[in-house]
Amino acid sequence: MTHGTRRTISVPALTRVEGEGGLEIVVSDGQVTEARLDIYEPPRFFEALLRGRQYTEPPDITARICGICPVAYQMSACQAIEDACQTTVTEEIKDLRRLIYCGEWIESHALHIYLLHAPDFLGYPSGIHLARDHPDIVARGLSIKKAGNDLMAAVGGRSVHPVNVKVGGFYRAPAKSELHALVPQLEQAREDAEETIAWVAGFDFPGFDRDYEFVSLRHPGQYPITEGRIASTSGLDISPAEYDQHFTEFQVAHSTALHSVLDGRTYLTGPLARYSLNSGKLPAEVQNAARRAGLADTCANPFKSIVVRAVELLFACDEALRLIYEYRPPDPPAVDVRPRQATGYGCTEAPRGLLYHRYAITGDGTITDAKIVPPTSQNQRAIEADLRDFAAPRLDMDHETLTSECEQAVRNHDPCISCAAHFLDLRLTDKLTDKAVRQT
Amino acid sequence: MILVIGIGNPDRGDDAAGLAVARKVRDATKPGEVTVRELVGDQLALLDEWTGATEVFLIDAVCSGGTPGTVYRFDAADALTERFRHRGTHTFSLADVIELARALGRLPRRLAGFGIEGASFAIGDGLSPQAQAAVDEVTSVLLGDLKAGV
Repeated sequence: MTHGTRRTISVPALTRVEGEGGLEIVVSDGQVTEARLDIYEPPRFFEALLRGRQYTEPPDITARICGICPVAYQMSACQAIEDACQTTVTEEIKDLRRLIYCGEWIESHALHIYLLHAPDFLGYPSGIHLARDHPDIVARGLSIKKAGNDLMAAVGGRSVHPVNVKVGGFYRAPAKSELHALVPQLEQAREDAEETIAWVAGFDFPGFDRDYEFVSLRHPGQYPITEGRIASTSGLDISPAEYDQHFTEFQVAHSTALHSVLDGRTYLTGPLARYSLNSGKLPAEVQNAARRAGLADTCANPFKSIVVRAVELLFACDEALRLIYEYRPPDPPAVDVRPRQATGYGCTEAPRGLLYHRYAITGDGTITDAKIVPPTSQNQRAIEADLRDFAAPRLDMDHETLTSECEQAVRNHDPCISCAAHFLDLRLTDKLTDKAVRQT
Repeated sequence: MILVIGIGNPDRGDDAAGLAVARKVRDATKPGEVTVRELVGDQLALLDEWTGATEVFLIDAVCSGGTPGTVYRFDAADALTERFRHRGTHTFSLADVIELARALGRLPRRLAGFGIEGASFAIGDGLSPQAQAAVDEVTSVLLGDLKAGV
């Protein structure tokens, strides 16, 4: 809308992001005065409905927050409950957890790269349009995604909301032969991931290096997925139990998802953060692939997140194959977890970034308090800062192009709004309507 | 191969309508005559589910604001209407999956089906009377089509 020298760039309903949200940038007298990621999905109050439930239930209940990253919820939940109960699972269980998590990274990253993000770089309005001109490329992406889904199903019983995960481990350990049957498919996915890296590295990226404070897990021996300490580029190095001493969530009027700050500062979690804080932990072959794609040890251009995702895709395929080759079925498949009155903390790396869970339980295993902080909630402020700083020097662009590029600036972070609002009812019948009015 | 796929969530009220039709068709046909599958979750999996099938019939619940229990027929020879399209993005709608398959050259020779307008999609609910009646109607029509070799 235009009022005098006031101009608004508005996308009421973003496409190719999970969930319901929009963006709005207000320009007054040639300056960006406001940049908002509007999240209007109603919250589903998962934290409240967990109160009064048994300590064994969070993996199944919280998995329902998201159909794309249910394993992340299950793993952070298990870790937090086991922390409260002072239980340590076996190395075999840890490895099997890492394996199913690799499946989730593979399916989630493949989906985002091929069907949600690549169309932006190639000038297509959707993955379907991309498929019409480049069917072989999209078929490759779907094949990678299927490898991830099949891995999740082999370990988790099914690919969406797996049912084999429990506090303490798994209900059943898959036989070696069941996992080895996936090797040809994963080898192909690995090869396809290498081609993916080469493909996305050739896209055109706007120069937009940011001064992010990155936050991700860090682990002494491995690229972080299932465990580690919480680290940041400003030197933060804390255990998940110390999360609440540094990270604060608060409400803003334009979002049903809470915003989050680290000691008062905006920060970013997700693939860029993971890579920038941990690239040295990637296997040499994956590091070489990253170099060939033009990545340095760190990457602070959010438009290049598609390249980082592709690198992580290759890593997840490699890691899954390694874990399958070295697989020893956990016996028993789960350790006994006895409740005790305590608070436990869990942090894992969901495909979109750090996912924090905290549970307080009583001696009989009743949950009295729960806190869940998904990555998209944490990234909202960084996304808004991206929007503000990206739009500011581009205000002379034609309106349609600028609006579309601002949308892309949001999609760079693969926001999962449903996770952020803990809500999943997706019912919008209206097609995207750009109500913005060009300044006259 | 003739394939019938029921799509839906068994725990969300009328969303289970497609699954209910699939089960009734399975009970009413001889093994080997028709292959019947149930799909819960990611509809992109349809691309693989129907690989190798020549004729495929899909049944899914619809939430388009129409009168509950209304039955909509479609044939993928034409693009599906907005009724079969929902927003959301990480989860692809039936219409999106069909268009993606068309673009990739992965549509079966014949792909047709039914949408059943639901009354309630509440967690834990069973089928509403309107959806139940529509399930019976669709099953009857589909069995007739299958028998006639359509």
